[in-house]
Amino acid sequence: MGIRVDHLVKNFGATRVVNDVSFEVRPGELVALLGPSGGGKSTVLRMIAGLETADSGQVWLDGERVDHLHARERQVGFVFQHYALFRHMTVGENIAFGLSVRGVAPAEQQARVTELLEVMGLRGLGDRMPSQLSGGQRQRVALARALAPSPRLLLLDEPFGAVDAKVREELRRWLRKLHDEVHTTSIFVTHDQDEAFAIADRVLIISQGRLEQSGSPVEILDQPATEFVARFVGDVNVLGGVVRDGRAWVGGVGAEVHGLADGAAVNIVVRAYDLKFWRDDDGPATVRRVTTIGDRVRVEAWLDRADAPIFAQFPRRSSLLHGVEAGCRIAVEITQARAWPTPGAAT
Amino acid sequence: MRSRRRPTGPARVVFAAVVAWLALLLVVPLGALALSVAGSFSAVVAALTSAEALHAIGLSVGVAAVCIVANGIFGVAGALVLVRQRFAGRRLLDALVELPLALSPVMTGLAFLLVFGRNGLLHPALDAVGLQVAFAWPAVLLATLFVTLPFTLREVALVLEELGDSEEQAAATLGATGWQTFWRVTLPNLRSGLVIGTTLTSARALGEFGAVLVVGGGIANRTQTATTFIHSAIEERQEPAAYGMALLLASVAVALLFVLQRDRE
Repeated sequence: MGIRVDHLVKNFGATRVVNDVSFEVRPGELVALLGPSGGGKSTVLRMIAGLETADSGQVWLDGERVDHLHARERQVGFVFQHYALFRHMTVGENIAFGLSVRGVAPAEQQARVTELLEVMGLRGLGDRMPSQLSGGQRQRVALARALAPSPRLLLLDEPFGAVDAKVREELRRWLRKLHDEVHTTSIFVTHDQDEAFAIADRVLIISQGRLEQSGSPVEILDQPATEFVARFVGDVNVLGGVVRDGRAWVGGVGAEVHGLADGAAVNIVVRAYDLKFWRDDDGPATVRRVTTIGDRVRVEAWLDRADAPIFAQFPRRSSLLHGVEAGCRIAVEITQARAWPTPGAAT
Repeated sequence: MRSRRRPTGPARVVFAAVVAWLALLLVVPLGALALSVAGSFSAVVAALTSAEALHAIGLSVGVAAVCIVANGIFGVAGALVLVRQRFAGRRLLDALVELPLALSPVMTGLAFLLVFGRNGLLHPALDAVGLQVAFAWPAVLLATLFVTLPFTLREVALVLEELGDSEEQAAATLGATGWQTFWRVTLPNLRSGLVIGTTLTSARALGEFGAVLVVGGGIANRTQTATTFIHSAIEERQEPAAYGMALLLASVAVALLFVLQRDRE
């Protein structure tokens, strides 16, 4: 089922936490709301679920306007960051809750519980209490509980925020797999870009209550709509430069940019993997530090004429790294960059 | 618990001091009580099975039972209002709830007399419908309700505060109505608060003396409770009755504490 959010606004006291957010999610889509903590993502999610009332704007579920409905009438499944499992109920009772309050027959409840325990890889844990489970298991129970009444939409608020890194990785893959099998239209909130890009069909970037960009992971990475998105996504250099002859220049290094007037002061945003460094005794930069991180090498250097740091990442076996070590001079080539006018600078 | 070490060195001295202190304050007086009862066992049994004593025990137990139920209901409702709702004067109400803890029970009794006594505010109205409150069991009940008011409410409020409302939100998204959420999610989670609150309420209700003496007068076979029974037995120099009833109350108190301890585990 599809969902449409129109011009949602929410204020907490004098602070506008959600500022005119509109978007659509197609039936069966898995969408991530990505952005810095405190940017209003969770509030958007809670307004869709009916846990928070919008100050203005509309929420449409499958062509039906639902923003005036109570949370219990929206048929929206919600998975809370800290699980919010019913602590005095067994795992089975937790999962059955949404069916039992609707008066579904006990036999039918039992069948659904058994089915979901199976799907979630929780077989045999139906009689345990939530306190006897690991974090990852609890999160799967929370998911099973939300899915049991077959919701029109599944919302997940920082679903893997409370589990440790290794389990998180596992849960991510597993959620994607589950979504491919169940196809419930889903929106999840995260501040972790790896998580968003790893799972989502589409990513919505939200910052300071505004929707900055919506697109596939590749679109967000390759065509960031705003400087904020470019800076937020991935490991980036931000270099202050000037535009001349269709190129943005910083410390003697130029990068091709589009649509900017000559002489404009700009912030050049370059991803760590959109740079090439190689040893060159007449190069514009000096290597400060070379660090090996797993299968990649991170080279930190200093652009002497711009008096600014610049860094790049290479595959560990890259031929470019030949002879590159702390203290040596290097040539710098920017293969891909984006630039935005420096805020407040005259153009 | 079992993995903790036995005390050594200076810790031993502290340990010995704590044990001596507890013995002085708790064990010796209770032991003396038990010994004097054991010394005149048949007289104690006779005194405790007298009509007067049985009436006093009955009144104490009855009042305590009503207090438990009333505080259970009001405590949960009050805690929900104080913890979950935001309204003007909430903090004031929050502080007022604890007033019975701060007031001397004698003052409480006096205040009730000013309302229900012979020259009391409500006396004419109550007299017109033929209801006597002061120096009758309703006064004993009202005074005890007053002094036990904070216990259940406080304990339940503490639990509610700690629980947060995320389980209730989860219940709402799963389609539960307000009542379903209350009965199936909120109330079961309040169990520990209710157990502690009920235990403290029973202990306080059975042990209340000052307020019930002032408003009830401790009239035998009418408003005498277990504690006022002890008071009058001492005055009449009927030691076996006084010691016997005192030991009975002490045993109930100890039993209540054991219940509490077991629930914590």
